[in-house]
Formats: sequence, C-alpha cells, structure tokens
Amino acid sequence: MEDILTVSNLTMHFENKDLFDDLSFSLPEGSMTALLGANGTGKTTMVNILLGMQTPTNGSVKFAKGAKVGYVPQFRNIDEDYPLSIRSFIELNAPFFKRRSKHIRRHINHILKDTNLTKIQNTRMGEASGGQKQRAYLAQALLDHPDIIILDEATASLDPMAKEELMTLIQHLNHKHKMTVFFVTHDIPLAKKYMKNYLLLKNKSVQFGKIEDLQEEAIG
Amino acid sequence: MFSYAFMRYAFLASTFIAITCGVVGVYVVARNFSFLAHTLSEIGFAGAAFAVFAGIQPLWGMLIFTLLGALGVGELSKRTDQKESSISAVSALFIGLGVLFLAISGSNSRYATSILFGSIIGVDRQGVTQLIVLSIVVLAITAAIVHPLNFDSFDHIGAAAHHINSAWIGVVFLLLMAMSVSIGSQVVGSLLVFILLTLPASTAQYLGRTIGSMIIWSVSLALIGVWAGLYLGYLTNLPVTFFISIIEVAIYLGVYLTHLARK
Repeated sequence: MEDILTVSNLTMHFENKDLFDDLSFSLPEGSMTALLGANGTGKTTMVNILLGMQTPTNGSVKFAKGAKVGYVPQFRNIDEDYPLSIRSFIELNAPFFKRRSKHIRRHINHILKDTNLTKIQNTRMGEASGGQKQRAYLAQALLDHPDIIILDEATASLDPMAKEELMTLIQHLNHKHKMTVFFVTHDIPLAKKYMKNYLLLKNKSVQFGKIEDLQEEAIG
Repeated sequence: MFSYAFMRYAFLASTFIAITCGVVGVYVVARNFSFLAHTLSEIGFAGAAFAVFAGIQPLWGMLIFTLLGALGVGELSKRTDQKESSISAVSALFIGLGVLFLAISGSNSRYATSILFGSIIGVDRQGVTQLIVLSIVVLAITAAIVHPLNFDSFDHIGAAAHHINSAWIGVVFLLLMAMSVSIGSQVVGSLLVFILLTLPASTAQYLGRTIGSMIIWSVSLALIGVWAGLYLGYLTNLPVTFFISIIEVAIYLGVYLTHLARK
C-alpha cells in the first residue's frame, strides 16, 4: 500500500526548548494511527507542522500527490448563545453563493447522514450536546472530501457514550471511504480499541508500531 | 409627507443606511465588536468636529477619522491583552479632540447637536447620492469577501484551520465598519450610530439560524426602525433618533425576553 504521508528528518527547535530531533515516519493509505505522548512532547506542534501552520526547523512533510487533508481542531469557541444551526455551521466551509447548488446540497445531506446529524440539522450549535458538536466539527471537515483526516483530541471533552459514538463513526469513515485517520489523543484505552497503529512522541524522538503491542508504561 | 423633497431624501438615505448597517451589524455582533462600534462612533464625532474646523463636509471628516481610527484600534488591540482598556483610551482621546475642534472652530452648539444626534432631515440631494454610493461600496466589498468573512466571523478556529487569512479579513472588516459608522451617523448621529450597528443584529441572532436569515432579520429590523422613526418624527416633531432608539430597544427586549421565557 502506498504512503499518504511521509515525514522525513523532522526537527523542531524553539529558542528555549528542543521539541524533537530528526523524526521520520510514514502513514500508509487507509491506516488508522493514534498519535500519543505525554503533555509537552509536541503533539499539537506536530499537527501544526503537518498542516503547514508552523514551519519546522528542519526536515520535510510530504503528502501523496493530490491527497486532501481534513482537520478537526481541538478547541472551538462555541458558547451557548451561538446562533447558527448545525447545518449552517457545516456550510461555513462551502462557498457562500454556491451552497444552494444541487451538487453541494446533496454532498452536505450525505455528510449529515454519515455523521448522524440529519434529524438535528436545524438545532442551534449552541444548544447541541458535546458529542453532537464534535460530530458537526467532523462533518465540516468532511466537506473538503479529505483522503486523510487529522483529529486533535476530538474526544477529550466527551462523555463515554459520545466517545464511543464518535469513534464508531470515524471507524465507519475509514472502512467505507478508505479515509486515513490520524488521531491525536491522551486516551490510551480508546486508541487501543479503535486504532490500528500508534506513533509515540517521547524523548524528542518517535516510536511506532501496532497498537496491540503498545505498553502503557512506555508513554510516561 | 412625501410631497416634501427633504422627506423623500431622508427616506431614501435612511433606507440605504439601514441596509448597510443591518448587514455589517451581523458581523459586528458575531465578532464581538459591539464595544468597538461604540468607540468608532466617538472617533466619528471627532472627525466631524474636525471637518467643521477645517471647513470640509462632516461626512469626509468622519470617514478619514474612522478609517484611521479603525486601523489604529485594530493594531493596538493586536499588541495588547488589555483590549478594552486600550479601546477606552483611544475613545477618550478622540472625544477630547472632538470637543477641542468644536471649541476652536467657533461653531454654535446646534452644529454639535446635529453631529452627535443626527440630522437626517437636513440631508440634501448631493448628500443622498454620497450616502447611496458609500453604502453600495460597503455592500459590494462585503459581498466580495463574504465566504472568508462568514467563516472567520462565525468559526474563527475553523477558518484558521482552512488557511483563511484572518488578519487580512480583520483589517478589511474594520474598514467596512468605519465606513458604516460614518454613513450611519448621518441619520442617528455619531452618539447613537452603534444602535443601528448592534441592536438589529443582536435581535437577529435570536431569530435566525443561518447567516442569510440573520441578515434578512437584521436589515428588516433596521428598516422598520428608521422608517417608523422618520414617520413618527414627522408627525410629532420630536427627534427621529429618539424614535429609532426606542423602537430598536423595544424590539430587542421583546425578542430577548421571549427567548428567555422559552428556554
């Protein structure tokens, strides 16, 4: 299987801290990988580098030709008075004057169905539950037709039921659409249950392997 | 009522003003810029006072001051964590300047009142044309950047994740806001222009669930306010601004309380 992402010799040094040195890894197409590591090991920085939002000190990040990247950020500022409906929130990612076109409407309807949001599409985001909001964030990213989706701590604020629901959905996207999943998390049991591989950031370097071989003590 | 040219001009001008402020207001509220709208209107007052002093039209004085003020406030609030204090400082400086310009220009207090509280009845044909052209410019720029503006205003983090240039959108929007303040001040005056820029849009947040429907609500409520205000002002000879204010406040409170009751 071809690799959708190849990271070579990645180094990130800040003025007062060397975050990582000479990291290399790759993600095969259609794989499901958890990015693990204690606080401060650079998980978020890694995501930012992959997305081109931060420039590494050295090294390269290459996505397969034509691969589209979807990203679900960790934090969102949606308070309880937030006015837009779930559907309108997702549509923010579609061109304003084209979102009434048949093609885009059909795509949005399809995504709503996939993310189990069809029935509540007109509910205000501010009134939606944590799990519903997280599914809406994912749905907004799916509008980009991603081949790989990067989820940054997507389950961190969810109750156990909502976590399972979201992970089942992500698993479904992987099975049905062969979408590569890159899941940044602290939640080892959840990663063990749903992901297939892991990348562990530790001591400025990276370890990788099958998720079932992961020793929890190794994370530290 | 429409047999008077000044009333026709007043209606035409305030219609365009209400549309512009209604549209821009939706983004003012979404971006939490209500306080900034207030400050810009005070900067507008100083600009109009400066225009009187310099012998140019108040509208141009307002435009120059609010555009520069918007850029200044934008830059200042980027560099400090004390956003509100820095905006307050700018606001205090400009009110002071406004008072100074009015004093040294030796204009009478009636002029000051018309800058502060509006003088829509006094708008002539040339004034109407200027306001319409400026309104169209604001609406055209808004339409041109509507996708990134929507995304950045309603989901700043999602927009950043999609590589939308927030800083650039922020600057363009501040300029749009400055122009709307200058235009809107011609009806309700610089002291109360923030009413048209914030109240209809705040009310619209409770009524609409899409950006399109919020814009429609916001513009409609602004139109109801200015049209009814002008009509009541014509009937009673009391200030138009007074009627616009109480109409917008009454609608806002009514909708807000209904919203609370339903919760």
